[in-house]
Amino acid sequence: MVKIRLDDRELEVQRGTLLIDACRAAGIEVPSFCYYPGLSLQAACRMCLVEIEKAPKLQTACTVPATEGMIVRSNTEQVAQARRSMLEFLLGNHPLDCPVCDKGGECELQDMVFRYGASESRYGEAKRHVEEQQWSPVVYFDAPRCILCYRCVRVCDEGMGVGALSVVNRGARTEIAPNHGDHLECEECGMCIDICPVGALTSGAYRYKARPWEIQYTSTICTHCGDGCKTTLSVRNNKILRGNNRDRSGINGEFLCIKGRYAYDFVEHPSRLRQPLVRKGQELVATTWEEAIGMVAAKWGEILSRRNEAANNILAGTSEKRSKGFGVIASNHTTNEENYLLQKFARTVLQTNHVDHHRTADYAALIHALANESPEQPAQAQRPPLARSKDIVGASAILLVGNNPTEQHPLIAWNIREACRRNGARLYIINSRRIPLLRQSHRFLPLGLGHEADALRYLCGEPEAGQALLGKTPSGDPVTSDLLHDFRNRLQEEKDVIVVFGDEITGPDVSLLIRMGSQLSGRTRYIVLGDSSNSRGASDMGLLPHLLPGYRPVEDAVARAFFENRWKTPIPETSGLSVDEMVTATLQGGMDSLYVVGANPLKGRNPADFRGKTFLVVQDLFLQETAQAADVVLPAASAYEKSGTVTNTCGELQRLRKAIGVLGTRTDLQIFESLAAAMGAALHPCRPEEALEEIRQMVPEYNIPLANVLAGGAEAVLNPNGFKPLAAPAETSGRVYSAQDTLFTSGTLGRFSNILNLVPERAIRKEPDPA
Amino acid sequence: MQFSAQLEDKLKKLMRNYPIKRSSLIPMLLFVQDEQGFLRKETIAEIAGRLELTIPQVEETISYYSMLRKKPAGKYHLQVCTNISCLLRGGEELFEHARKKLSLAPGETTPDKLFSLEEVECIGACAWAPAIQVNYQFHHELTPERFDQLIGELQRSRA
Amino acid sequence: MPVSEHEVLVLTERFDLPNSASIDTYLGHDGYQALEKSLKQMTPESILEELKRSNLRGRGGAGFPTGMKWGFVPKESPKPKYIVCNADESEPGTCKDRLLMEKDPHQLIEGILIAGIVVGSHQGYIYVRGEYRYLLEILDRALEEAYARGYLGKNILGTGFDFELATHTGAGAYECGEESALLESLEGKRGIPRIRPPFPAVVGLYGGPTVLNNVETFSAVPAILRNGGEWYAQLGTPRNGGTRLFVLSGHVNRPGVYELPMGFPLRKMIEEVGGGILDGKKVKAVIPGGSSTPVLTADALDTPMDFDSVAKAGSMLGSGAVIMMHEDTCMVKVALRLMQFYAHESCGWCIPCREGTDWLSKTLHRFHSGGGRDEDIGLVEHLAKNMLGRTFCPLGDAAAMPMISFVQKFREEFEMHLSGRPCPFESKQEPATASR
Ligand SMILES: Cc1cc2nc3c(=O)[nH]c(=O)nc-3n(C[C@H](O)[C@H](O)[C@H](O)COP(=O)(O)O)c2cc1C
Ligand code: SF4
Ligand code: FES
Repeated sequence: MVKIRLDDRELEVQRGTLLIDACRAAGIEVPSFCYYPGLSLQAACRMCLVEIEKAPKLQTACTVPATEGMIVRSNTEQVAQARRSMLEFLLGNHPLDCPVCDKGGECELQDMVFRYGASESRYGEAKRHVEEQQWSPVVYFDAPRCILCYRCVRVCDEGMGVGALSVVNRGARTEIAPNHGDHLECEECGMCIDICPVGALTSGAYRYKARPWEIQYTSTICTHCGDGCKTTLSVRNNKILRGNNRDRSGINGEFLCIKGRYAYDFVEHPSRLRQPLVRKGQELVATTWEEAIGMVAAKWGEILSRRNEAANNILAGTSEKRSKGFGVIASNHTTNEENYLLQKFARTVLQTNHVDHHRTADYAALIHALANESPEQPAQAQRPPLARSKDIVGASAILLVGNNPTEQHPLIAWNIREACRRNGARLYIINSRRIPLLRQSHRFLPLGLGHEADALRYLCGEPEAGQALLGKTPSGDPVTSDLLHDFRNRLQEEKDVIVVFGDEITGPDVSLLIRMGSQLSGRTRYIVLGDSSNSRGASDMGLLPHLLPGYRPVEDAVARAFFENRWKTPIPETSGLSVDEMVTATLQGGMDSLYVVGANPLKGRNPADFRGKTFLVVQDLFLQETAQAADVVLPAASAYEKSGTVTNTCGELQRLRKAIGVLGTRTDLQIFESLAAAMGAALHPCRPEEALEEIRQMVPEYNIPLANVLAGGAEAVLNPNGFKPLAAPAETSGRVYSAQDTLFTSGTLGRFSNILNLVPERAIRKEPDPA
Repeated sequence: MQFSAQLEDKLKKLMRNYPIKRSSLIPMLLFVQDEQGFLRKETIAEIAGRLELTIPQVEETISYYSMLRKKPAGKYHLQVCTNISCLLRGGEELFEHARKKLSLAPGETTPDKLFSLEEVECIGACAWAPAIQVNYQFHHELTPERFDQLIGELQRSRA
Repeated sequence: MPVSEHEVLVLTERFDLPNSASIDTYLGHDGYQALEKSLKQMTPESILEELKRSNLRGRGGAGFPTGMKWGFVPKESPKPKYIVCNADESEPGTCKDRLLMEKDPHQLIEGILIAGIVVGSHQGYIYVRGEYRYLLEILDRALEEAYARGYLGKNILGTGFDFELATHTGAGAYECGEESALLESLEGKRGIPRIRPPFPAVVGLYGGPTVLNNVETFSAVPAILRNGGEWYAQLGTPRNGGTRLFVLSGHVNRPGVYELPMGFPLRKMIEEVGGGILDGKKVKAVIPGGSSTPVLTADALDTPMDFDSVAKAGSMLGSGAVIMMHEDTCMVKVALRLMQFYAHESCGWCIPCREGTDWLSKTLHRFHSGGGRDEDIGLVEHLAKNMLGRTFCPLGDAAAMPMISFVQKFREEFEMHLSGRPCPFESKQEPATASR
C-alpha cells in the first residue's frame, strides 16, 4: 500500500494502482475515452490529464501508477481547461447532429461535453466527410463520428481474440477499418458496437429504432448456450429492441456473443406457435387452450386407468405384454422450477421414470466422481472444487480437454483469454482440433479423434497410454514422446489448475479425469461444458431416468422415500428409459404416450414415421420435426417471456425476468399446472418462487442465499452432498453428446433467429451434427 | 509468388537480420514495390504469408507509410519538396512549374506512364534547395530551366 | 579542407579525402583506433566516464547527455540489448546525417560498436529514412567491409566481443524519427509512439534495453575516445561539448553543412559562414534548430549556438538546422507550410495532435488565402497552446511551439492578412533560387 494525496485527500491505495483507478475508487471523477478497464493502455484521448506535483506538465492518470507520497490534483483550473480543450478538438471534425444520431442520449461524448463543457465550438473549417459504411448485417460504421479511442480495436483483438478491426492511415485521415477491406468477417459479437462511446459503430439490429429514454430495461439470462450470460434487454411496447450489458453486472461483465446480443429475435419469428394445435387426420388444426388441455388430460387419464387395470391384472395373474406407459422428454432451456415440476409431474402423476432430456455434458458423472473419487478434504468441502466461470480469470493455469469454447462457450473462452492476457495464466490444451484458443495456449497436446481418455491415462502416470498418442494427428500435428513428457511435466508443476472439459469426457472417463486432477499438487477445480441455457438445471432437477433431483438414485429406497414423503405419492422403483430408448420404443409402438417439452428429439428424422405410433404431446415454440408428428401441440413461452431461475454449466444460479409476453402462449409451468388440474391432480407449488422454495428444501445443493440471485447476480449452487460419497447411480444407457453448436447456431432454436441466419459467417462454420 | 532471383536473395538476407519476422515487413514492402512499381493485392497476401501476418496487419502498416503505394506511379516518380528550406528557395514555384510542364495534378501520371508528380515533405536536401527526387535519385538546386532539361533527358533516356 | 575558415573539422575531417567512405581511407586516418582502444585498453566504465567528461549531448534534437543515457541501460538483462542508430533525419531543414553516412560511414559504425561495448549489446540497427536509399547502398558496402576486416561479427579484433550490425529502411514517416515510434517501425509496425516510462534504455527494441542515438551523436564517439573527453569538451562551451554539424538553409548566400564549435555565434554563422543574406536583404527571422524549434527574430542574432544559450533565447538548438528568412518572407505562409507538414506527419494517435494540426492547417490555409477573421489570430494561438505539453509524444509540441512563436512574434503580419487582403508578400516573393 502507498499513501497518496488526491485533491487534498489522503488516500491509501495498492502500490501500482493507476491514478485513474485510484481517483475513481475515491469518488473523484476523471474522464476518459480510451482508458477502459481490462484493455491495454493507450493514453490517446488525453482526457484524463491531471497535475502531479513536480511533473513539469500534465500527466495522464490512465498510465501513471500511484507511488508513495505522490501529490495529485484533478480539480484545478488547468486540468479543467485541458479537458475542455480536448473536447473542443474532438468536436472540430465531429458531426454535431446529435438529435439524429443513433447514440443520442447515451453518448459518452455528449455526456462529457455536458459535464466538462467545451465552450461554443470555434471550429469554422470544413468537416471531414466520409459516407457511412455497412460492415456486416449487424455492424455499421460512420467514420466522422469516430473519436479514435481504439476501444473497438482492442476489445476485438484482446477481448475476443479475433482482431478483425485495425487502424489505418495516419493523422486526421486515421480510421478504423474492417478486416476485409469493405466488410467484416468475424464473430459478429457486437462487442465493438457496445463499447463504442459514440455513434460511430452502430447495430444493424437496433439503429434508429428507438431513443434511449423510451426504453424499459429488463435484465435476464440469455437462453442460448450453457454459459448463462446476463443480457439486459431493451424493451419498448412489448418488443425487444436490443440486448447488451452495459452496466457490466452479472457473471459476464459486459461480454455477450452474437446470440446473447441479437438472437432474441426468434421470439417474434412469423412461424412462432401462438395457438394450440390438435391433430385431425393428417392435419394439425388450431384450437383453444381449453380443448387442447382437455383432450390431453382425457387421453392421459384413460391411459393411466388402463395401466392401473393392467397392473392389477398382472397381479391377478393375467399376463399381457406391457407397454412402457408414459415417456417424458424435457428441455434444456426451461427453468429449474419448470424442470423440477415436470419430473415431479412425470413421477407422481404420470407414474413414470421415463424422464430424460438431451444430455450434453455428463454432470451426473462429474458430481458422482467428485463425491466418490476425490479424497475427503474438509477444506474442499467448504470451497467446492467446481469452479465458477469467473474463477477462470484468476487461475494460474487452465487445462482444457476437448471442446471448442470459442464456438460453443463464448463466455468461457472470453474468460480464458482474459486470464492469459491479464494474469499470465498458462493454458494447456488437449484437443483433436486446432481450436482458436491455441493462440493463447502455453502447451498443446494434439490428439487423434477420441483419444482424450488416453491422454488422461498418460497424465495419470500410465506411460503405455502415451503410445496411442504418438505419431501424426489427423490434423497434421506431430506428437513425440518429448512433447508428451513436456506437457505432463509442465502441468505437474502447476499449483492452481482449473480443468475445463467437454463431452469428450463422459462416464468412467470423468473419474479418470478427477483422478488425474487430484494427482496435481495444488488446488484443482473443474468446469464441465454443456450446451444450452439450462442443461445443468435439467440434470440437477432430476430430469434423468435414473436420478431424482440432486442426483439421488431412483433405485435407492431411502432417496425415494425422501421425495415420496414430501410428494405424498409413490415413485416408480426402477430407472427409466433414456431419450434414445424412448424414441426407439415409440417407433416400435411401445409407448402409450410421449410428452415432449421444449425439445426436438426427432430432429433430422421424418415426422411421418412417428405419426400414430403413440399419443404424442409436444410443447414448444415452433413447429419442428417432433411437433409435426404430434397429436397435440401446445405453444409455449420462451425464456424471455417468463420468470424463474436457471443454472449455468458451471453451476451458477441466476434469475430469468420476464421481458415481454407473446399472445397465445403459456409458460411451461402454467401448462403443467393446467394439465395436472385437468387430470384432477393438484401440482404444487405452481408459482415460480414457491417452486424454488421447495427445490431449496428438497435439493440441499440449492439451499443457498438468494439475495444475490434476486438482485440480478449469480450464486453458485453447493457441492453435491458436501463430498460425502453418493450412492452409485444405477447404470443408464443415455448418451451424452453436445450438439456442437457454433456461434451462429443454437440447436433448433437458431433456425428461427433472423440475425443468426443473416450473417455470412454462419455458412463458413459447419452446421451442427443432428445426431 | 516468386520475385526476381536478385530480389529473393535480398529478401532472404533481410529476414536474417531480425529475431522476429515482422521486422522485415517495411523494407520488404518497399523493396518489392521497387521491383513491381506498386503493391498489388496478391503481393500483399504473399508478403503476409511469408511473414506470418494477417492481411489487415500488412494493410494497416502500408497505409501508414507515405512511400508505400497500392497504385502504380510513373516510371519516373517526381517528388518535389516544398517544405520550408525549399519553399524559401522557390520550391513551390518549382512545383507549380512541374505541374504545368507535365500537365499533371499531384498524384497523377502522364498518359505515357513516364512521369508522375507528387508534392513531398522535406527530403533532406535543405542545404541544396530547392530539390526534388526522381524515384530515389536526388536533384539539387533546381531552377525551372534545369527542371525542363532534366525532363528532356529522362524522356530521351527512354527512347 | 574547411569551406569556411571558422570550421573545426572533427567529424567531417575525412570528408574531402578521395574514397572517403572506404574502409582503407578510414583506416589510414585513425579509423577503428577508438574501437581497438575501447576493447583493449578501456572498460565500459572508463569509456562511459570519458563520454560524460566530453559533454557530448544528443544531436537528434533533445540534446540529452549521451553518457548519462548510456548509463541508464541496466547491466543485467534477461533480454538481449540493442543499439539503434536514428538515421531517419526528417526534421525540415536538416541534412547533416546524410553527409556523415555518405562520406564517412565507418566513423558511424565505429561509434555504434563502442556503444555496444559500453552497454554489453551484440546487435545494432541503423534505421535510415526511406528516401535515403542511396545511403543504404553505401552503408551496406561499409558494413560488408567491416565484416570482412573483422571489425564486425564474431570475436572482433580477437577480443571475444561479438557485434552484428544491419541497416533498416523506413518508408516515409517523420514520426518514425521519434525514438519509440522508430522502435515500433523497426518491429514492422505502424509508427505509433509507445507509452513511456518505460524508456527504451530499459524496455526498447523487442522488449530489450536499447540505446538509441542520432547519427551525429554516434559519429562523435570515436574522436572523443581517441583524443579524450576533456579535449572534446574544450572545443565547445560549458555543458555543451564539441562541434556540431550546422545546416544553413533558406535565405543565405552560401547554404550548406558546416562543422562549427558549439556556442558559435549566430550572427557570425549567418554573415561569415553563410556569406550573408541573399541580395543583401535584412534578416527577419531565424529558425535555429529545425522546423520544430520556435522562431527567433533579428534581435536574437547574438545568441551563441549551444543548447543552453538558444534555450535562454527562447528556442532550441534542436537538430542544428538553421533556417534563415529575410525581410520579404511571409511568416504566415511559413507557419502554414510547417503546420501542413505536421498535419501530414501526425501519426493520428492522440486527439490534440491529430485534431489540432488538422484544424490549424485548415485555419491557416483559409487565413493565408485571404479568408482570415479577427478572432482567428487568437484562436490559432489558443489551439497551439492547448496542444502544448498535452500530446502523446513530442510531435505535438514540435508543431505547437513554433506556431505560438509565429503568432507572438509576428502578430502584425497576421493582422496584415486580415479583411480579405491578399498576402502582402506574395508580390515581393520571386523565386529566390541561388545561382551559384
Ligand atoms: C517527431 C520527432 C521526430 C524526430 N526525428 C528525429 C530524427 O529524424 N532523427 C533523430 O536523430 N532524432 C529525431 N528525433 C529525436 C529522437 O526522438 C531522439 O531523441 C534522438 O534520436 C535521440 O538521439 P540523441 O540523444 O543522439 O539525440 C525526433 C523526435 C521527435 C519527437
Ligand atoms: S469506432 Fe468508436 S470505439 Fe472505435 S475508435 Fe471510433 S470511437 Fe472508439
Ligand atoms: S484515458 Fe488517459 S489518455 Fe485516454
